[in-house]
Amino acid sequence: MTATDAPDPAQPRVEGTLKLTGAARYAADHRPAETLHAVLVGAPVAAGRLRGVETAAARALPGVVTVLTAADLPDFPELSPPSAVQVMPFTDDRIRFEGQPVAIVLGESIEAAEAGHAAVLVDCEPDTPVLIGSGRRAPAMGDDPVVFDKGDVDAARARAAVRIEQTYLQAARHHHTMETSATVAQWEFDQWDGDRLTLWDSVQASSTVIPVVSSALTIDADDVRVIAPHTGGGFGAKGYIWPHEILAAAAARVVGRPVKLQLRRSDQFSDVGYQPWMEQTIRLAADADGVLLGVEHEVVNNSGLVDTHVEPATEASKSLYAAPSIRLHQLLERVSLNVPTPMRAPVEGPGLWALESAMNELAESVGVDPLDVRLANFAETSPADGRPWSSNRLREAYEEGARRYGWRTRHSRPREDGPWRIGHGMATCSMGSFRFPGTARVRLSRDGSVVVESNVHDIGSGAQTVLSQIAAEELGVPLDRVEMRWGDTDLPRTGPTYGSSTTMGTGSAVAAAARDVQKQLADLGLADALDAMERAGIDELVGDGSFALPGGAQMNGDGEGTPYAMRTWGAIFVEVGVDPDFGVLRLRRAVGVYSAGRIVNPTTARAQMTGGIIWGWGKATMEESDQEPVHGRWLAKNLSNVAVPVNADIPSDIDVAFTDEFDEAASLIGARGIGELGATGVDAAVAAAVYDAVGVRVRELPILPWKVLAG
Amino acid sequence: MKDFAYARADSTATAVEAAAAGQVSLLAGGTELLNWFRLGIAAPDRVVDIGGLDELRGIEQQASELRIGALATLNEIGEHPLVVERAGALASACLQAASAQVRNRATLGGNVLQRTRCAYFRAEEPVPWPCNKRAPGSGCAAFAGRHERHAIFGWTEDCVAVQPSDPAVALAALDAHVDVIGPAGPRAIPMREFHLTPREADDPVRETRLGPDELIVGYRIPITVRDGQAYIKIRERASYEYAIVSAAATVVRAGDEIASARVALGSVAQRPWRLPAAEAELVGAPLTRDALQPIVERAMSDAVPLPHNGFKVIMARNAAVRALLAAGGAR
Amino acid sequence: MPLSFAHQCEVGLRINGHEVRTVVSPRMTVLDWLREEVGLTGAKKGCNEGACGTCTVLVDGRRMNGCLTLVVQCDGLEITTVEGLAADDGTLSPVQQAFQDHDGFQCGYCTPGQLLSATACIAEGHATDEDSVREWMSGNICRCSAYPQITAAVLAAADAVEGR
Repeated sequence: MTATDAPDPAQPRVEGTLKLTGAARYAADHRPAETLHAVLVGAPVAAGRLRGVETAAARALPGVVTVLTAADLPDFPELSPPSAVQVMPFTDDRIRFEGQPVAIVLGESIEAAEAGHAAVLVDCEPDTPVLIGSGRRAPAMGDDPVVFDKGDVDAARARAAVRIEQTYLQAARHHHTMETSATVAQWEFDQWDGDRLTLWDSVQASSTVIPVVSSALTIDADDVRVIAPHTGGGFGAKGYIWPHEILAAAAARVVGRPVKLQLRRSDQFSDVGYQPWMEQTIRLAADADGVLLGVEHEVVNNSGLVDTHVEPATEASKSLYAAPSIRLHQLLERVSLNVPTPMRAPVEGPGLWALESAMNELAESVGVDPLDVRLANFAETSPADGRPWSSNRLREAYEEGARRYGWRTRHSRPREDGPWRIGHGMATCSMGSFRFPGTARVRLSRDGSVVVESNVHDIGSGAQTVLSQIAAEELGVPLDRVEMRWGDTDLPRTGPTYGSSTTMGTGSAVAAAARDVQKQLADLGLADALDAMERAGIDELVGDGSFALPGGAQMNGDGEGTPYAMRTWGAIFVEVGVDPDFGVLRLRRAVGVYSAGRIVNPTTARAQMTGGIIWGWGKATMEESDQEPVHGRWLAKNLSNVAVPVNADIPSDIDVAFTDEFDEAASLIGARGIGELGATGVDAAVAAAVYDAVGVRVRELPILPWKVLAG
Repeated sequence: MKDFAYARADSTATAVEAAAAGQVSLLAGGTELLNWFRLGIAAPDRVVDIGGLDELRGIEQQASELRIGALATLNEIGEHPLVVERAGALASACLQAASAQVRNRATLGGNVLQRTRCAYFRAEEPVPWPCNKRAPGSGCAAFAGRHERHAIFGWTEDCVAVQPSDPAVALAALDAHVDVIGPAGPRAIPMREFHLTPREADDPVRETRLGPDELIVGYRIPITVRDGQAYIKIRERASYEYAIVSAAATVVRAGDEIASARVALGSVAQRPWRLPAAEAELVGAPLTRDALQPIVERAMSDAVPLPHNGFKVIMARNAAVRALLAAGGAR
Repeated sequence: MPLSFAHQCEVGLRINGHEVRTVVSPRMTVLDWLREEVGLTGAKKGCNEGACGTCTVLVDGRRMNGCLTLVVQCDGLEITTVEGLAADDGTLSPVQQAFQDHDGFQCGYCTPGQLLSATACIAEGHATDEDSVREWMSGNICRCSAYPQITAAVLAAADAVEGR
């Protein structure tokens, strides 16, 4: 068991001093000479047709250089993933969501650009927006809503002693990265050799910015460089490529000056994605002991009118419990909103809200402890296809979590604390193992210093530290002799910094590169490496390493192409206080124990898990972005009307631990991913705790006070 | 935000003169005003900074009154020994408002003049839906839309918003007076009557009795018998958020009973909502939940919830009871 | 005497101990001025409405949101930014060191605000226990959710500052 208590000062985050002194530069901290500030003007209605944009008043304001409309911008082609949208704004006169960009104000100062924004008049012919709940529903992929069908779910249901059927809802919610997305675009114009573009961008995968931007602007991919050393939070919001990044570059090209476009907080609601609104129906068929005979899971998530995002929450039901029959449905409902995007945690994040809530209701129905119901349904092999797990210590995680929490004796402890009624809940956590190919370079200098190079991003996960540690360990050098360079597409390109994949993919590539250096040393026949390099007149040995997926795949979610199914798991236990006079909830303590392969850095790993648990708490109790029920736009586009957890919400009693594992199938270094796992299962555990405390079953997130009172 | 011309007032009289000239906003802390400028709620040509007027500062006791200058900040007030001791509900309300950073700038004068947090009102320009405060005569989108956080008293179909100020609720419970000054000279407005509901004002744009050319100079809070005080704020996250409902209470005990009490509800109307009927019935009432709940409930029988905020009646009742019990030192 | 209004205002103030004189538009916020005119990009823009705290700076030692403070309101005052916390020789302040030791940051975007807020929180006498720190640091949102570590860092820094 890897304990994660106090941080280890011997392995502080390598980029710590930069961040603590304000020297870390985020995208909008860059300002080349002559930079213009850009502010996007969005359509003021959620549906309709754009008749015109009146810019004269704005252009007359001091400091406003120009206002670009569709006529000033190039024709954008249709885009493909990893562009988040298919159809760029400015392409036609249809308005598909409120806030859809229809003009770009460029000013010498941010004040001038903002004042200019207020003076632009947008003329629309409004139409009735399509609201969540009344959109057209259609199969998410292909023509059949059924995406997986194993065994005979209907027969299982017919003969089952116990049946559970419930619908679970979750509100749409935004990522709320503290840094709003920002792009600084600078061109070097060269009519002979072709224009070159440099972007400072707030991203999670700059390697993927290049193909999208070069396609959108019809330039060579080789002529684009993206510099992105620090990203102020990603969580998926900055994973795919969004229109504003392309628009910043397009605007800079049109005006011939660098352009800085930092989305205002209100823009962030419409100009990048969010986790969709979801309606999930679970049907469980079980015997009298709670052993599953069949699981049916139907998911509907909202998407944009044209742009598509599927939230494959049904993965949870296909991959976790040993049910002999499983049937899964995925549908989309197209509405007048901007397109959703993955959010920490995607897929199983929403999926387990529904599945684990249903399992808790099943436990109650059969009178079996919720933990025992999980244990009874533990899957020895992948329920989807019978493949063995690469490494699964979930049973141990359940037991250890229960022990640390005191789960078995929870009801022997006081059930009240002043006005608070105390409730306990638990759930299983799970995520697939997203893996992406990656490359890295390791340089060993004659003086014993090491440089690691790979185009990963710093979104706060501690990846730079972990990767440095891997190189240090492989080469047997102290960590403080390792320097890492990252966040620049001039460095070896590698997988994205999302999907909890970095340690597996780029970590393996770094290890491979370090081993390449070791091999070169061995080939030189050198006993004492550094001395021998000096004698041989070699200043530097460079090792290249890569991590590839079977069959050259660009992405794996569950060990495809290998003999193993690869996932991560955990068990989360929460103690929640409910004040029955108000329906207010407070988190009192939490225990999470996880099976995620080798843990390279216990400090950063703990931060990832507690961060995930807090994300789960926010999702469960307060986060929602509402589509206004008449006008179809986001009701509130600011942080004062929309809640995320604050410090006072979070107790220090969050206990996190990992099972001891080395998963050699998943990655060269034995690790799987942890960035998102902690954010799964929490919501179901919280809802169960609320029920335990006050007997109210809430099946719609967030569990706001009035929903508890209504029970 | 729109460009404006700026000047610093060198005296209260100068500030009043400037305000009377029109098209002027008075700037104190600026924690509300700057956001109004950004949203287009206010767009003055000229701003007069009154932040340097020392005569508007100060927290002191004079005879049987606690006097707080309009420019006292929420943190200053919340931690001042006089306020903590003599007006504990106000101290508590101040410290539960906003964040430490905002409280270091936000003044008590500005705080009671803050406007509703209604999401429809707070939309960026161009305001995409009916809002009689933003565009008089356009209607009220909240009435037909999302109004869980809106009023249960004093609303009309023209406006269902609530006044979110925490200190205002405490000041109303404490029978404070607001001292204002205008071209016609000084006058005092009882805090209980300072704000106007849409029903009272007959116009959603008029939110207080403060004249357009008047300035708040300070507050006076009577200190009578030493009473227990409390401010309870109910919100879904533990800090840095506006109230769903709140309640301020003062209780003078006689053994295990209430000798006298005052109670005001917050965020249930466009002004703090005193419960005089309850206050009358509370005399002699035992300090227990079972005794207090029906009294408060009866006093709230004229609540008119909206279709989706009926829970606020229960929550507000419970907040009042909780505040009374806390003020009375009971559990 | 009637007031004289100006669209450009002369302001004299100090930043991290250095005297500065400038002429600014009255609508210029301390946040935008620091970032765009002075070149100190440590203070961050997160919401521009005072709802997140990433723009927290100290004004005469008191913590405030830079987005809710106009430069013209700071005439004669001292602004402290994150760039002014470490000593001239680069030694981290006790608060900065505590955040390093207790892993009080992840993506780092809210960190400058957290550090200044923590510095003031301790000076205010509010870093007495966990509950007090959590409440008094709630004006700084951390979406990475490093709250337990931030709270531990502030308490440790308070001990260091107060010689415990």
